[in-house]
Amino acid sequence: MTELLRPAAEWELQSMIAKLASQKRRVEVVGHGALRNAGRVARSEVVLSTAGLKGVTLYEPTEIVMSARAGTPVYEIEAILAARGQMLPFEPIDLGPATGAPGGALSIGGVFATNFSGARRVSSGSARDHLLGVRAVNGRGELFKSGGRVMKNVTGIDVARGLSGSWGTLAVMTEVTFKVAPLPETVLTLAYTGLPDDLALEAMMAAMRTPYEVTGAVHLPKECAARLTHSNLAGTGQAVTLLRLETFSSAIEERKDKLAAALKVYGTPVVLNAETTWSLWNEFRTLAVLPFSTETSLWRISTLPTKAADIVAAIQKFMPVVALYDWAGALIWLEVPAAADAGAADVRRAVAVRGGHATLIRAEPEVRASVDVFEPMKPEIERLTRGVKSAFDPEGLLNRGRMYANL
Amino acid sequence: MPHIELPDPDVGVLRRRPILIEGLRDRVGMDLLILDEDGRRAYETDAFTAYRRVPMLVVLPRTTEDVSKILKYCHDNDVKVIPRGAGTSLCGGALPTEDAIVLCISKMNRVIEIDYDNRLARVEAGITNLEITARVAEEGFFYAPDPSSQLACTLAGNLAMNSGGAHCLKYGVTTHNVIGVKMVMIDGTIVEIGGAAIERNGYDLLSYIIGSEGQLGVITEATVKIVPAPEGARPMMIGFRSPEAAGACVAGIIAQGIIPVAIEYMDRAAIEVCEAFAHAGYPRDVESLLIVEVEGSESEIGILLGKIAEIAAAFDPKTVVISESAEQSARIWAGRKAAFGAIGRISDYLCMDGTIPLAQLPHALTRIAQICAEYDLKVANIFHAGDGNLHPLILYDANSEDEAAKAEAAGEAILKLCVELGGCLTGEHGVGIEKRELMATQFSPTDLAVQMRIKSVFDPTWRLNPAKVFPLAASEGMRAGRETNTEAA
Repeated sequence: MTELLRPAAEWELQSMIAKLASQKRRVEVVGHGALRNAGRVARSEVVLSTAGLKGVTLYEPTEIVMSARAGTPVYEIEAILAARGQMLPFEPIDLGPATGAPGGALSIGGVFATNFSGARRVSSGSARDHLLGVRAVNGRGELFKSGGRVMKNVTGIDVARGLSGSWGTLAVMTEVTFKVAPLPETVLTLAYTGLPDDLALEAMMAAMRTPYEVTGAVHLPKECAARLTHSNLAGTGQAVTLLRLETFSSAIEERKDKLAAALKVYGTPVVLNAETTWSLWNEFRTLAVLPFSTETSLWRISTLPTKAADIVAAIQKFMPVVALYDWAGALIWLEVPAAADAGAADVRRAVAVRGGHATLIRAEPEVRASVDVFEPMKPEIERLTRGVKSAFDPEGLLNRGRMYANL
Repeated sequence: MPHIELPDPDVGVLRRRPILIEGLRDRVGMDLLILDEDGRRAYETDAFTAYRRVPMLVVLPRTTEDVSKILKYCHDNDVKVIPRGAGTSLCGGALPTEDAIVLCISKMNRVIEIDYDNRLARVEAGITNLEITARVAEEGFFYAPDPSSQLACTLAGNLAMNSGGAHCLKYGVTTHNVIGVKMVMIDGTIVEIGGAAIERNGYDLLSYIIGSEGQLGVITEATVKIVPAPEGARPMMIGFRSPEAAGACVAGIIAQGIIPVAIEYMDRAAIEVCEAFAHAGYPRDVESLLIVEVEGSESEIGILLGKIAEIAAAFDPKTVVISESAEQSARIWAGRKAAFGAIGRISDYLCMDGTIPLAQLPHALTRIAQICAEYDLKVANIFHAGDGNLHPLILYDANSEDEAAKAEAAGEAILKLCVELGGCLTGEHGVGIEKRELMATQFSPTDLAVQMRIKSVFDPTWRLNPAKVFPLAASEGMRAGRETNTEAA
């Protein structure tokens, strides 16, 4: 029977981990469970949830900075920010609906633990880029802080950002401090239809080379676009390439015209207004076009935009795929048929040849237990990775195996 | 500033100097070594000039393989290595010791590849910051981090110090603009971290490396982001009757949803000196001056500057000047960028580098004035108001030991004040030797142990730029080889 620990305060969490460390008992660290079906399966006899550590502890809208306890749901944070005309600029992705976990359960600690950022990453940077400081407890049961609450800080080694993307395997974050941003006064989307993948990627790269500050660049090939529920785009039977612009109301028309002129060789875009743009891009935050299914597996491939179409085409030779290109092609979400290895051999080969890395996001637990979920490391990187793990968590108690077997 | 302690040189290593020279000569050739005292003396200090030590020898590698051979040899022979770029560090980050080898990568300054489609450039780390922009400007791109020393400083130093500059409010600092590095570990192992995609894989080792002040490895190449240049940019100057009004105006701008590309602050003392030097057109009848720059098309710039002027009007400004030409914009920035040099013409000074939460600005300025008055010293304040990175310049006479000691004590009090107010010891200059012993005011022993264990993962024997960043007493065991990674609590 699994023991569930649910500390309500930082000191309580620390004492729990210190006790587990003294007993050398492994512990699975979770928030509200939004990410529990993603990553490697790391079941332990003890589960520690940060769900009880809730609440915004500092918010200075005029300094665009916020601190929140790790278990604070992202939707609560976004509501507080929206009330002051601000937002999380990295547009966090909620993997829950796409992995069969509850939607809306994403915690702010989970966002930074995975560093999964949404479409605006292409212009604003990742969650990691906005992380200013953390308080956390490591596998030794030590409470420590790193970074702070100011934008510029080069005091010592940047342990805070180094924890981002470590999936709770190094330390349990108890409080995070991060930079927020003003909500744009208005938004719109230019939608190009019918572009094949390579041309769409070329258009997105061209858009990102302009000075017009495109804040989202997504391409949905025909199969993926067909799943859009949005009335203006559904049923066209064609691929859709979307470019988002944000600025002041009085300036957006000019910006739109200039971008459309710069991209005129790719056709005349349909312009989606602000209301449509908000609802459409919100769909991407839950991967609504790649919904949970036991019939398929889902990969997340990070590469260079110039390599993206080639990677998808290479994998497509071996299996039917549904792809979504985000970040102007630097990120590919790839749905493949469920299989014993989730297509890992072909996916990894295609990525290895062209550069980048692939993470298996959705697959049956036994599949995620049998194949590498995260990209295998080169030996010298693995040596450093093991060293870092050992520095934080020498007994390997925290989320052991969540990222890599035996780590 | 005589009180910063430098560890005594290892006499055993000094005795072995002839053998070590021979060993290095055999591995990389004589032409990469600087042995004579005059040559070595050029590397005895960085821009933190109060401290000097002539290194045992200097090596100027040309390739990553050279760096690998040098580090492996030093590792195998128990010799300390001080990595160095252009030596513009303001905190003693590149200060050598007599028993160390300075490894200077200024000869490794090639652009390897520019990839406009992916908006990346792969360069050798000895390239200067500004040279990267120079190489991509024709295609309408630039490299965003812009430290004041960008004409001279190397990317290697920027990576070591996680450098930023006036424009980091919008574009971030070095860590936001680098996607991969080629680095040589102390044992000579060459590792490539990141670089094949903008998203990092596995543990974010790059975050530990960038800003680690050359303590984890020697970076020889980096893949950096290049950014499309804006259509245009234009500054405005707003002069206020008080620091409080200037601080409130900054908060008002951000609260209205405007993130300018830069917001710089100067107090009356700084305005006087900079204006006399650069004739930038700064108002001389105000207590505080903000230089606010926005970017975009001509019409966007007009809209934004108009909105900012409206916001500023609520704080009763004495002067509002919107730049009307490229020439005027250049003059406004020339005055600000020349500030440190201009003040240097009238006095020696200590440049502090603490950061505070912006809401604490009026209180911080009052306290800084009080602290300096207590020590009977003058101070000029210049800083990046958008991010609260203060640069109080404490004026003193370097020829007077008494004044130097007072300036140092006042500086220490100011940095402690920054930490008390919720800020940090350094926003962009780094810790080096200058703030090493103050680290304990910002971090608990556990916080420091967590950081030192990271150092030990990359450099288990603490041979790479040791005796920097961490208080000497705290790192003594590791530097002496008595403690290992797992014992470092």
